[in-house]
Amino acid sequence: MSFASFSEFLAMGSHGVYVWSAYGISLAVLVLNVALPILARRRYLQDEARRLRREKPLQEKES
Amino acid sequence: MRWTWFHQWGSPKWFYERSGRWLPWLTAAAVVLLAVGIVWGLAFAPPEKYQGNSYRIIYIHVPAAFLAQSCYLLMAVAGLVGLVWKMKLADVALQQAAPIGAWLCFVALVTGAIWGKPTWGTYWVWDARLTSMLILLFLYFGVIALGNAITNRDSAAKACAVLALVGAVNIPIIQKSVEWWNTLHQPATFKVTGKASMNAEMWLPLLLCVLGFYCFLGAVLLYRMRTEVLKREARSSWVKAEVGRLVEGRA
Repeated sequence: MSFASFSEFLAMGSHGVYVWSAYGISLAVLVLNVALPILARRRYLQDEARRLRREKPLQEKES
Repeated sequence: MRWTWFHQWGSPKWFYERSGRWLPWLTAAAVVLLAVGIVWGLAFAPPEKYQGNSYRIIYIHVPAAFLAQSCYLLMAVAGLVGLVWKMKLADVALQQAAPIGAWLCFVALVTGAIWGKPTWGTYWVWDARLTSMLILLFLYFGVIALGNAITNRDSAAKACAVLALVGAVNIPIIQKSVEWWNTLHQPATFKVTGKASMNAEMWLPLLLCVLGFYCFLGAVLLYRMRTEVLKREARSSWVKAEVGRLVEGRA
């Protein structure tokens, strides 16, 4: 451990603002890059489920 | 040499099945490597002699910059494969890699700017390394915009592949920019030959972060490609079966 206390860790030797803002922005971008594809996949599957529900009665009528 | 491994990539079904098996491992590796690398780099690595603790930004800045370039090279290779062998999966990879690469390039630029303030006294200078990275970001935007602007899928694939290939000329320029021109930016931390310019306590966590970012890129890219394959192959019977299985309970 290169810091004596947690408050020293947060201060980063007077560079806390720079270090933590850089890490914060990066974390936000990484989270976004995971969340957006998951939401997109879920949305697509929901649309497909709705379409299948709509088409099912038609198919039954045809057969 | 047998080429079956190459031909298998021509089958979206094969890719979908395989990538489903790889995905959990890649995700786990990314989480573990990034967690260990970042905690190590932030809390346990020693402070740098001249920059103090601000240098800890390196543990995201360098991996992001590294990956932004690797991701572009991946797109160029995918573009070449798509143009030469007309492989459908290559265009899926190219289109899905572009937004991830753009985000990584954005992270590299932003963390670099934040790091520049305490180290160089300025957020931005128009020097060779920074400018060529900005051009890389614009190249990513170009590929994304081109892919969205052309409705015909084959034409879009061809145009994006050509742009990815032509833009790849920027990668060696980024690499060599710190040697060819006078810049504020420091030269490469890792070299293939010769000793690393940092001690092991500092570069080991950096190496973990770089590997972690690679696994992250791999996992997110596979996940995005899998969704895209389901959309593009929607009419084939295996996708109908798979989508039916996935939406079971919803329908």
